[in-house]
Amino acid sequence: MKADDAVVLAQALTKRFGAFTAVDGLDLAIARGEVVGFIGPNGAGKSTAIRLLCGLLRPSAGRAIVAGYDVGREPEAVREHIGYMSQKFSLYGDLTVRENLQFFGGLYRVPRRELEQRMGLAVALAGLEGRERALVRTLAGGWKQRLALGCAILHRPPVLFLDEPTSGVEPEARRKFWDLIHHLASDGVTILVSTHYMEEAEYCNRIALIDAGRLVAIGSPGSLRRRELGGTLYELECSALGAAVAAANSAPGVIDAAIFGDKLHVLMAQGADTAELARLLGRARITAGPPRAIIPSLEDVFVRLVAKPRDRRSGA
Amino acid sequence: MNFKRLAAIAYKETLQVWRDPRSLAIALLMPLLQMVLLGYGVSLDIKRVPLCVYDQENSQTSRAVVQGFTASKWFAVARILGDERAVRAAMDRGLCAGVVTVPVDFSRRLAATGTASVQSVFDATDANTTNIAIGYAEAAVARTAADFQARWAAAHGRRVPTVGTVDLEPRVWFNEGLDSRNFIIPGVVAVILGLVGAQLTSLTISREWERGTMEQLISTPVTALEVMIGKLVPYFFIGLLDAAFCLGAAAYWFRVPFRGSLGALVVTTALFTLVVLGIGYLVSVRIRSQLGASQVALMLTMLPINLLSGYAFPIDQMPAPIRAVTLVVYARYFVTILRALFLKGSTVGALAVPIAALVLYAVVILWVAARGFRKRLD
Repeated sequence: MKADDAVVLAQALTKRFGAFTAVDGLDLAIARGEVVGFIGPNGAGKSTAIRLLCGLLRPSAGRAIVAGYDVGREPEAVREHIGYMSQKFSLYGDLTVRENLQFFGGLYRVPRRELEQRMGLAVALAGLEGRERALVRTLAGGWKQRLALGCAILHRPPVLFLDEPTSGVEPEARRKFWDLIHHLASDGVTILVSTHYMEEAEYCNRIALIDAGRLVAIGSPGSLRRRELGGTLYELECSALGAAVAAANSAPGVIDAAIFGDKLHVLMAQGADTAELARLLGRARITAGPPRAIIPSLEDVFVRLVAKPRDRRSGA
Repeated sequence: MNFKRLAAIAYKETLQVWRDPRSLAIALLMPLLQMVLLGYGVSLDIKRVPLCVYDQENSQTSRAVVQGFTASKWFAVARILGDERAVRAAMDRGLCAGVVTVPVDFSRRLAATGTASVQSVFDATDANTTNIAIGYAEAAVARTAADFQARWAAAHGRRVPTVGTVDLEPRVWFNEGLDSRNFIIPGVVAVILGLVGAQLTSLTISREWERGTMEQLISTPVTALEVMIGKLVPYFFIGLLDAAFCLGAAAYWFRVPFRGSLGALVVTTALFTLVVLGIGYLVSVRIRSQLGASQVALMLTMLPINLLSGYAFPIDQMPAPIRAVTLVVYARYFVTILRALFLKGSTVGALAVPIAALVLYAVVILWVAARGFRKRLD
């Protein structure tokens, strides 16, 4: 994609808080109608990056263009063209569903003629028909989140920033929420959504893996799984997982070994022999099942990618 | 500035105040409570000073002296003492503010020499009250003495000598009954509005920070000025309602005479309301926790308004440095205005200086507050 086509564009976007660099040279280009997921551990800089793109934080270095406007220089123009859902639930609990919608409709200057219809759509979207007069604080988490999304899209923004919109929401409600996101994307809305649920990453067109303020990798879920590991992933059941990791890491051809739940995941260089691995495990008196080649999950990819630069830093 | 966004903020804020019992209590109950407490509790009048009497002689003449005290509305004779030790004890235990002792040889001396003394001892812990009480005591004794003279003159068929007496004929203006309540109550209204107004708005921004709604709000195109004006609108009307209540209570319940123009009262009250709401809003913009904002607003209003507005403690009696400090205590200007409108019936022209001070205050505070609101998180 050419940078000119990007609806959201970040170039070397950086945010420092004193000595701490929260977002470090982020480069990102998102096309119209794309759903891009920000994935990364807590404190990785996902929220800070989204706030920078919304114009809520001033970049320390680099720049970002959202919907054609520079977030550092024209934050008000950016605000007219985006919808934002902050990480913390941020509607007014002491206002009703309808009053919240009216409030944001007013702030975004939605014409009176259209407001009724759009509020109706937002209520339907949130599944809150008949509860328009309920105080928002009485709603359950999933409804609240969908209503917040409804408020954020009342003015039909071309770009949506959703910061962990599904955190703390039950799985069924989360799935419904993602249906809404895809529905909006099919209408051409560009969406950047952060999450720490790995399985939600699969719903995105592309995933941006963020760690320690840096973009570690970006691509479709499929391509990330294929490309980024650089070897074949084996899974084996074995006793004494801790000792097994140490033993496996010393085996020839092993790039990395890690505990995954109650199993051992071993990444081996392309064409390396698993027989030597089994021999070393045996010598360490570890009973292990046969290694099975598996398709890596995004979590495998993430653990591997995040481990890489750290290894380099520590000189390993 | 966009009216639609401003209206959205104002409407939302109104709904929130209406549904928030704490805000409603501050808005409606605090003025009532304070009006009662300050209106009745704060009085500078010194009436019914508690007094003990030790009449050593207990003759017809000495009882006439004691009678002079008991008949006075300024004294309340708490106890008649029987001996010297009781005098000391009564003072120590605070039974009275003073003891009047008529000596055992009072009438004999009076008859022999034509003059006799009555001793009075006062507890001068409260110097101000003592000063006034001594004045009252002198007056009471002088009246008794005049009686004695008149009776003596009548008995001897003579006239009381009047040569060389100079009388001061005092006329008091504006507060003819010398009722300190008339002086205090208009000031009390300013104190209440000052406290309540700042409390109301001190929470309005910090509440949004605390509940997390601020981040959503500043992600919209709303401007700082729209937020400020929109949020002040409902509180402005609440402030005026409170003012109407307090001023009404002053005029109709406490019966403070109102002699000025109603128009001037409305305009200056609105102006003062704007200043105090602006102060609270400014605090709210600066401090992101509700508790902190409320505390700071209380500190910024309570002490200066109570001590330095001149509502109870006269500014012209303060030392020069403190007097200089009172110049920035916005409430003093409103106290001056209210007193002048209530008691003197002053014209707007005579009040140009305090009105100008309030205008200046309102402009500066609101300008700083509007600029203090940043639509950024850093």
